[in-house]
Amino acid sequence: MKIFKLFFIIYLISSFNHLEASNDDIKSKITKNLRCLVCQGQSVYDSDSEFAISMKVLVDKKLAEGFSEIQIYDFFKERYGEWILYDPELNKNTYILWLLPLLIFFIGGAIIMKSFIIKKN
Amino acid sequence: MKNKLLPIFITFIFIIIFIFFYSGLKNTNIYTPEIKINNKIPSFKGDLIYSDETINSSNIFKSDKFYLLNIWSSWCVPCRKEHALLMKLKEIKKIEVVGINYKDKKINAENFLTELGNPYEKIIFDQEGVISIEWGAYGVPESFLIKDEIIIKRYIGPLDKKLIEEMKLIIK
Repeated sequence: MKIFKLFFIIYLISSFNHLEASNDDIKSKITKNLRCLVCQGQSVYDSDSEFAISMKVLVDKKLAEGFSEIQIYDFFKERYGEWILYDPELNKNTYILWLLPLLIFFIGGAIIMKSFIIKKN
Repeated sequence: MKNKLLPIFITFIFIIIFIFFYSGLKNTNIYTPEIKINNKIPSFKGDLIYSDETINSSNIFKSDKFYLLNIWSSWCVPCRKEHALLMKLKEIKKIEVVGINYKDKKINAENFLTELGNPYEKIIFDQEGVISIEWGAYGVPESFLIKDEIIIKRYIGPLDKKLIEEMKLIIK
């Protein structure tokens, strides 16, 4: 019975954590995935430039208006292009980027497999 | 046979990689934005700087004139340079200059205009910089040439004489 109580308490604590986090979590997730276009190599989340501050305010506003994460990305993509997202989509410009690691992985695997088989023989 | 081919193959791959990276060295890694034109203007609401009334974007660009939307600020040094050209643009009847005052203090903006003159028909006060982002702007100064609610040209950075001449040709 004691164990059940303990589990129940742990469950409660973890669920409280979830309640606390919601909106801020989404905001930081979104701003971390947006590139600060006037800085070099920084996300909007990391930057304190005028541009990034405005972007953060706008993300807040859009969240308050009930925009979803994807809608917010689309909103910025429409204005600034794909480059503003750190997480590029799979399209004809980026397919090499996405497929190359897989390709290397498989080729490497094939080489290893082959060398093992040769050794065995 | 196999042993001979391998070094050739490896050097070949290294040469390709070398060429690849060497040409990459020369590419600039500063991002220049792809300029999106022929887009419809975004809709927004904003406060006007002199009259304290809130205005809808659809009411600003509604006539068949050309509009130059200029994002400026009193703390922005290139804006100061560009300002004289905007004053000249004001004299042309076919074009109307509309300002967005970017992240500024009202008092500073007003002092700036009394000192250098006011070329703007209307000025939208954008204290948080949010309206500028709706337009897809990067900072100050930045200008958009608009006709029939469509952005036909976009100028990132300060305007100069050459660009103004180009603009005049478009207007004609």
